Amino acid sequence: MTEVRDIERSYQSWYEERYSNAAERDVKFVTISQQPIKELYTPGDIKDLDYFNDLGFPGEFPYTRGVQSSMHRGRLWTMRQFAGFATAIESNQRYRFLLNKGQTGLSVAFDMPTLMGYDSDHPFSEGEVGRCGVAIDSLADMETLFNEIPLDKVSTSMTINGPASIIWAMYIAAAERQGVSSELLNGTIQNDILKEYIAQKSWIFPPRQSMRLITDIFEYASKHVPLWNTVSVSGYHIREAGSNAVQELAFTLADGFAYVEAGIDAGLDVDDFAPRLSFFFNSHMDFFEEIAKYRAARRIWAKRMKEKYGAINPKSWLLRFHTQTAGCSLTAEQPENNIIRTAFEALSAVLGGTQSLHTNSMDEVLALPTEKSVEIALRTQQIIAHETGVTNTIDPLAGSYFMESLTNKMEAEAENYFAQIEKFGGVINAIDEGYFQKEIADAAFDYQRAIEKGDRIVVGMNEFINQDEKLTIDILKIDPKVELKQKDKLARLKQSRDNESVERSLQALNTAAKSNDNTMPFILEAVRNYATLGEIVSELKSVFGVYKEKPMF
Amino acid sequence: MIKRIRVLMAKPGLDGHDRGIKVVARALRDAGMEVIYTGLHQTPQQIVAAAIQEDVDVVGLSILSGAHMTLFPKIRKLLDDNDGSNIILIGGGTIDKEDAKELLQNKFADALFASGTPTDLIIAWINEKVV
Repeated sequence: MTEVRDIERSYQSWYEERYSNAAERDVKFVTISQQPIKELYTPGDIKDLDYFNDLGFPGEFPYTRGVQSSMHRGRLWTMRQFAGFATAIESNQRYRFLLNKGQTGLSVAFDMPTLMGYDSDHPFSEGEVGRCGVAIDSLADMETLFNEIPLDKVSTSMTINGPASIIWAMYIAAAERQGVSSELLNGTIQNDILKEYIAQKSWIFPPRQSMRLITDIFEYASKHVPLWNTVSVSGYHIREAGSNAVQELAFTLADGFAYVEAGIDAGLDVDDFAPRLSFFFNSHMDFFEEIAKYRAARRIWAKRMKEKYGAINPKSWLLRFHTQTAGCSLTAEQPENNIIRTAFEALSAVLGGTQSLHTNSMDEVLALPTEKSVEIALRTQQIIAHETGVTNTIDPLAGSYFMESLTNKMEAEAENYFAQIEKFGGVINAIDEGYFQKEIADAAFDYQRAIEKGDRIVVGMNEFINQDEKLTIDILKIDPKVELKQKDKLARLKQSRDNESVERSLQALNTAAKSNDNTMPFILEAVRNYATLGEIVSELKSVFGVYKEKPMF
Repeated sequence: MIKRIRVLMAKPGLDGHDRGIKVVARALRDAGMEVIYTGLHQTPQQIVAAAIQEDVDVVGLSILSGAHMTLFPKIRKLLDDNDGSNIILIGGGTIDKEDAKELLQNKFADALFASGTPTDLIIAWINEKVV
């Protein structure tokens, strides 16, 4: 039997005698995150790897190889394309189009006013209504959005954070109108406010008040909506804002731990809410680094949940995640090339064991995607699932000297970041100090510099440029009339609803917000009375205040 | 002493995507310009008031929410109405070519830099225009 020591010695002589005399291209061999990569990995790089401790079996602690026992052999990932634009009517049509094409879950994109808690008739909403997602002002819009889509049959993911409890209440109430009880509802609200302060910047209330709304959701869900994923702890936006892979991994998990600690501090049993936390990662262009990131994420989460937070239910140890391919990796130049980029990114998410996946459309760097480009993006997933053979075996890259060594390295570097955050006294304090924001801005600047200096080639953008390129793909345009239509619908609602009960329920919410009562039942009542998103948010702002970021670059 | 070029970098509207604007702001600062960043969620009125008060040569807008056809004309008009007609208005973000053409033709923007534009190009453009 060969000893690792022998291999390491032979590697040394191979390097000196052969490799160092061989040709090597004059480029930097680093990942997209600037991690240096060696020319060759051998058993020497993973000599401390302990199979049971570090990898285990799929569906078993520490879940490095996957959270389900049969992974994609048992069930393919959910193909979930994020969509939403214009009014609820148009978006409802797009959802039904996608479900007809074989999509298996819905994912709702809201417009900016909705994300920020403003109604369509607010002065801040001018020009933004229905632009980068669907406009939702009240339960009436939510009813239209899911018209003829049975909410006990589909799972729905909603990208909503600042006003998450209100939009979720609208969904629960829309299901009630369909005769579907909240116990049967299946889906996710993003509800990850920490990454809003860190990266995405769609916040409303200050951090500590936002955390209270989130723990209210934990408690309400555990009693009334048990199948719902209450937070989708999101690295996606952290990465899109410019972080590298390790920062995405570390900051996301740190946020996850902060939610766990908030739940425990609010008096909840960790096993009552932790199983409903899920994650959302980016899949960028560096193929192996991304796979290592997902594998490290599962291992770190499982170990901490069990060892630090004392979770007993194995479901609390599982890091289940959605993936979206990297919008920031796409180029406005030669947009058809984005199909290829997205396919590779999707493949690494699948090999990394994702539970659901959104593949970006080639035109998303230019505008909202057309039906044609969304269909290609969905077909990309179907080709991976049914033609490439990668789903035949679970975690096929395990045991690779390179993959295991990279996974270990990602974990170790994430631990360094956790220690840094700890020094600030936790995530919220680090946000207050602008720590994450600065780390991300630095990484984004470095990335841009690498591209501009030509250290990193982006095909069609800084190399292999097509000088006389003409845009050959169609662009989806949002009709400015959408805004007028939506404002008109809102005006009619405000006349037809029972304004006294709206007022009464808003008052009751105000009182609850000032006390320690759970806000969810009060928000639900206001929603059922057709109080608008903007009205409910204003009421809560009057109690909680608003967040202001210190501008820095 | 030569007067340094003063630039106000602004995020109008509700859009929070601030990666691009921060990268450009740093690059302009490294190129020797005085850069003021407004922070997020600014109204057109706030941006124009800051531009006038800070006596800037250039206002750079970053818009990734699709609201550019509303925001550029509005900010251009407010600048003109407040003795800021000499202030150059440029921008970037998710702006497709057709919209960009329309904004430029109607002089609602003096230059638009699509995603992927090298920052050197933006710097060179500003240096040439501001005299």
